Amino acid sequence: MAAPTEQLDYVSFGTPLELLSEDEPLKRPVPLQEQTVKDDRGRIKRFHGAFTGGFSAGYFNTVGSKEGWAPSQFISSRQQKAEKQVFQPEDFMDEEDLAEHGIAPREIMTTDDFASLTKNQIRSKAQALSVLAAPIPGATVLEDLIAASSYCGKWDGKKDKFRISIGVKLLRKMGWKEGQGIGPRVKRKLQRQRNGAGLRLYGCSLPPEESDKSEEEDDAYIPENVTFAPKDVTPIDFTPKDNLHGLGYSGIDPGKALIGGVLEEHIHLFSVESERTSNLLGSEGYSTTRKIGVSGQAFGVGVLEEEDDDIYGTESLSRYDTVIGEEEPGDCMYGWSAPYEYSKKNAEFIKDIAYAGKILEGFTKPSKSLSIKKIYLPPELPRDYKPVHYCHPVMSTSNTSYQKSSDLMTSCRQMERAALQNSRHQMNAVLRRNLIEEPTLPGPSSVFDLLSNEAKKRIKEVKQAVEQKQLSQSLPSCIQTVSTDEALRAWQNICGNEIGTFKPFEKIPEKQARYEKYISKLKQGRSDALEASLDSQMTEWERGREREEFVRAAMLYKPSNSTLASRFTQGKHEDDSENVYVVPDHEDDLNDKEAAVKMKMFGQLTRDAFEWHPDKLLCKRFNIPDPYPSSSIVGLTKVKKDKYSVFNFLNVMENTKPHLKQSQSDLSTNQKPDKASIPLKSNRQSRWDVPGKENDKKDSLSEFITFARSQSLSERQGSQPDSSEPAIIPKEQTAPTLDDLEEKRPSMDLFKAIFANSSDDESSSEGDGDDEDNQQGQNKSSLIKDPTSLIECQEPSKNKTKETFSNQEECQPTKSSDTSENLATQEEFGPRLPPVVPYGTVSLSSGSVFPETIKRKYKEKQNKHKPKMDHKQKRYKKKKKHRKHKHKSKSKKKIIEGCTSSSDSTESSGSDTGASSSVLSTEELLKSIHFTIFTYGIRFIKIACAELWPPAGSIT
Amino acid sequence: MAFPQPKPEKAEMPSKLLRTVDCKQGAVRAVRFNVDGNYCLTCGSDKSLKLWNPYRGILLKSYTGHGYEVLDADGSFDNSQLCSCGSDKTVILWDVASGQVIRKFRGHAGKVNCVRFNEEASVIISGSIDSSVRCWDTRSRRPEPIQIMDEAKDGVSSLQVSEQEILTGSVDGRVRRYDLRVGQLFSDFIDSPVTSVSFSKDGQCMLSSSLDSTLRLIDKDTGELLGEYTGHKNSKYKLDCCFSDKDTHVGSCSEDGKVYFWDLVEGSLALAFSIGSGVVQSLSFHPRESKLLTAMEGNVQLWGKQSDEEETVD
Repeated sequence: MAAPTEQLDYVSFGTPLELLSEDEPLKRPVPLQEQTVKDDRGRIKRFHGAFTGGFSAGYFNTVGSKEGWAPSQFISSRQQKAEKQVFQPEDFMDEEDLAEHGIAPREIMTTDDFASLTKNQIRSKAQALSVLAAPIPGATVLEDLIAASSYCGKWDGKKDKFRISIGVKLLRKMGWKEGQGIGPRVKRKLQRQRNGAGLRLYGCSLPPEESDKSEEEDDAYIPENVTFAPKDVTPIDFTPKDNLHGLGYSGIDPGKALIGGVLEEHIHLFSVESERTSNLLGSEGYSTTRKIGVSGQAFGVGVLEEEDDDIYGTESLSRYDTVIGEEEPGDCMYGWSAPYEYSKKNAEFIKDIAYAGKILEGFTKPSKSLSIKKIYLPPELPRDYKPVHYCHPVMSTSNTSYQKSSDLMTSCRQMERAALQNSRHQMNAVLRRNLIEEPTLPGPSSVFDLLSNEAKKRIKEVKQAVEQKQLSQSLPSCIQTVSTDEALRAWQNICGNEIGTFKPFEKIPEKQARYEKYISKLKQGRSDALEASLDSQMTEWERGREREEFVRAAMLYKPSNSTLASRFTQGKHEDDSENVYVVPDHEDDLNDKEAAVKMKMFGQLTRDAFEWHPDKLLCKRFNIPDPYPSSSIVGLTKVKKDKYSVFNFLNVMENTKPHLKQSQSDLSTNQKPDKASIPLKSNRQSRWDVPGKENDKKDSLSEFITFARSQSLSERQGSQPDSSEPAIIPKEQTAPTLDDLEEKRPSMDLFKAIFANSSDDESSSEGDGDDEDNQQGQNKSSLIKDPTSLIECQEPSKNKTKETFSNQEECQPTKSSDTSENLATQEEFGPRLPPVVPYGTVSLSSGSVFPETIKRKYKEKQNKHKPKMDHKQKRYKKKKKHRKHKHKSKSKKKIIEGCTSSSDSTESSGSDTGASSSVLSTEELLKSIHFTIFTYGIRFIKIACAELWPPAGSIT
Repeated sequence: MAFPQPKPEKAEMPSKLLRTVDCKQGAVRAVRFNVDGNYCLTCGSDKSLKLWNPYRGILLKSYTGHGYEVLDADGSFDNSQLCSCGSDKTVILWDVASGQVIRKFRGHAGKVNCVRFNEEASVIISGSIDSSVRCWDTRSRRPEPIQIMDEAKDGVSSLQVSEQEILTGSVDGRVRRYDLRVGQLFSDFIDSPVTSVSFSKDGQCMLSSSLDSTLRLIDKDTGELLGEYTGHKNSKYKLDCCFSDKDTHVGSCSEDGKVYFWDLVEGSLALAFSIGSGVVQSLSFHPRESKLLTAMEGNVQLWGKQSDEEETVD
């Protein structure tokens, strides 16, 4: 084909376009805005028009804002006046700009006045060179001259060149002159010596003898009191060698070469710029005569020059060391080796040579060396030394209270004092406290203070047992038998069910299991209980320890559990915080107030005033100035209290005693629901209903406790008149005495009834409810079937109904205004609303298929009969739900209030839910109250939750 | 020659039935005069709130929007707004003219027993069975209350608002007075559950009725008992008590179907008249005249002085 050959004929330039395949979608050309140029750092670079000198703008290329040069906003209001801002160019520059444009970073530097000259050396060198390179060499000399004469200079531009560093200034003030060395003035002789040292000699020099002679001659006519300034010192040159020249070689100094050979080069320690010029000018006295003028190879010898020696004067070659080989020994000065002999005149010097480099001037080498310090080895420790100090052996093993331990320590101290009179290391914190007569810390020093006397006694026994064990240093097993026997004795008579009430080793389940095993064996009266229950796989040491712990725990927990266990249960949740906020409750002394009310002594006795902070907005809305403008509190001021403090709850306990009656009666109805003969007037009564019993301020907790006690007693003891709690008596068959309560534990049945799964009760109650429903259904059907019978019901036949349902509740005035369903599902709180006598119009509002009369009558009937039970069921269920929510949300709030209000709620709920469900309500109550005891491993008190809401429901 | 001040006319208590209105809204839970006494509000158990001209017995407007019984209501100072509360746990702010719900305040955990505007109707204060008193802002649109006063240990049954104070009566047997200006809470122990509280017109005294069938007049500043009024029956229900228009008498509902009035100073029973056989649930005294509204069951009765003429409108 022709095509390929044709192609070959063409010469192509550039890159060919990619061939488009038809399958591919057309590639969209890169839009203009995406075609970017990036700089070396990968930032997008923008072009800024014709000249690039402007500062870059925008992020990366920016002034710090995305928009780059965004117009600044100007906001000025009455409250905030805009400030005038003055911008400097630097405000719009980033570091890069500052670097690029040579604007030095702002940092603290020494000013030129104080800066050392070394930094300027480069610059000065360049300057010097430029001077030489100038068309007229030395043209700047004029400037230098002028500047030197007025060096404090009006020529700011040149100032740095002629400035004198502050050091030089100071030296001058002190009388130093240029060319002199620094230091105290010296006598001639010394100076000469120095001269010799400092002199730099190249090539052949005069023999020293001669020079000495001449000096001596000089000495002849120099008076003794004349002192000389020390010679200037040549600074050691530390410039690193960075060229390939030979050591010590330096190129011909153009400055010197130009002027001509400087016979005696003198490097000043404090060479000043102006000095250089003076060198150039040759005006200074010590240098050879120099003349101003242009000199150098190119110009030949000037008219003004006297000699033409230096016409081709380089630095005189004579000054170079041309001789290879050792210098003459007499020459004594410097060669390539260190000076080994300075002068044979001074014998001392030879000695010093070794130290020549080290000894400072004015110091001499000591004649006699110091004696070597003797180092003593630390004493050897005795073999049985222990680096740990034990305070007292008793403390380590026995668990005495702090107070006791301190007593012990004080008694020990008498003994110890004799031995260790002054040893402060022997003291412990208690001793020190006693020493400085610091008072003991307030409050219970340990949990043991909270224990009863009985428990303390037992602890003491344990302690004694352990002490005995320590005293008799016999085998551990036989010691244990002492305490083990005791534990056995203690546990044997307990044929109890309360194994797991207290779990001292709850953290380690295996250990707890072992402990329980041990306890159970103890109960069986087996003497080998301890050994049998221990884990044989453990090491001897571990077993020994556990043995001890178990015995002690058994001793401790047994006695206490009968008294404590009835009150406390294990905590279910970890407490997340240490403190609770509690409103300081001043409203607690109800007894006094009740008395005051009874005596009609209103006023101070019945009034409490609290600081109360209204919300700021509330004040504003009320048009009232805020009484506490600076406070941020809203509401009552709160007090932070320790969560675990028992005192938080004491006021709860206080007025709780005498109120058992109601729950008792509830209970009794519950237990004997069949017996309608029991007077049950209080059954349906809430706080609203029973004004006469208002002073029964109940507390759920105490109620429960007393209830539980009495219950157990009733089962165990039979009836007994109660002397301590007269308020309870009237309806109670049995009444406990407090002492008995301490000892006796309620039977397990009770606890089962309370704590065990309530399914039985529930089902039974549900069954009841079903029965009721059925009954109602029957009622309903009968009602519907037989409308004539309704007339009876319509009449105020309260007595009749009362008889029928007397064990349920008192017959309430009926409400017919609502539909029965409403009524049934309604939650009722607080004071009852008065009833409305049925009237015909009601039914008009409710659309129903029944004939009016029937419906009305049915409603009445319902109100009288059915709703009672129906309500109870539904409400009960509802309440249960309700409570769940509450438990979740409110459990940690307002503990005390919860408690107090829960009393009411219990009351009402107990009465409210009626006979069948009163147990359930009690149970819920119990569930709602958690005690956690925490004492010495036992959990302590926490009332986690209580009913917060006021009494539920009183109306039907 | 100075004339002696005319002897103040002896206040005559309303005892003549002027009108009976059947509200047709179920049981009337509360009846309230408006601010000037020309109209009244009735709270029905059929979830409706009604505005009446009690003198002529005309229903002016019915406000529906509550989800349960309406338990209390109040009118604003300019008669432009109403607030009501009910068993549906809400407090509703109404527009009088249009009958629309302006705001519905939710937050109470139980039914709301009582509600009042403050003087400028900028705050609605409501007391609930959940033992809290909540202050709702009517000016802003924020849904949560300005402040919650939860000091009561039991349900709040009644409250009154003055220029600078909030007076609450609670079932825990205390009358609490929150003084905004002083920044203090005064809590007076009555012992018996308080069903109703009231400020005297001069603002010096507080009246509380409680379930021990006693009205107590308490000095506001000291908490001292100034008077005790007994004779009526109030042991179960939340019944209202009131001062008369000139603070000469105190009145109370009773469960025996009567209304009782006592002389404030002497404490003697001045008047007791029967209204019906049921419980007199609520009453409201005219702010300036000797007129009384009582609510029993589904009816509202207007009472006036004997000299008042019975207005008749058909």
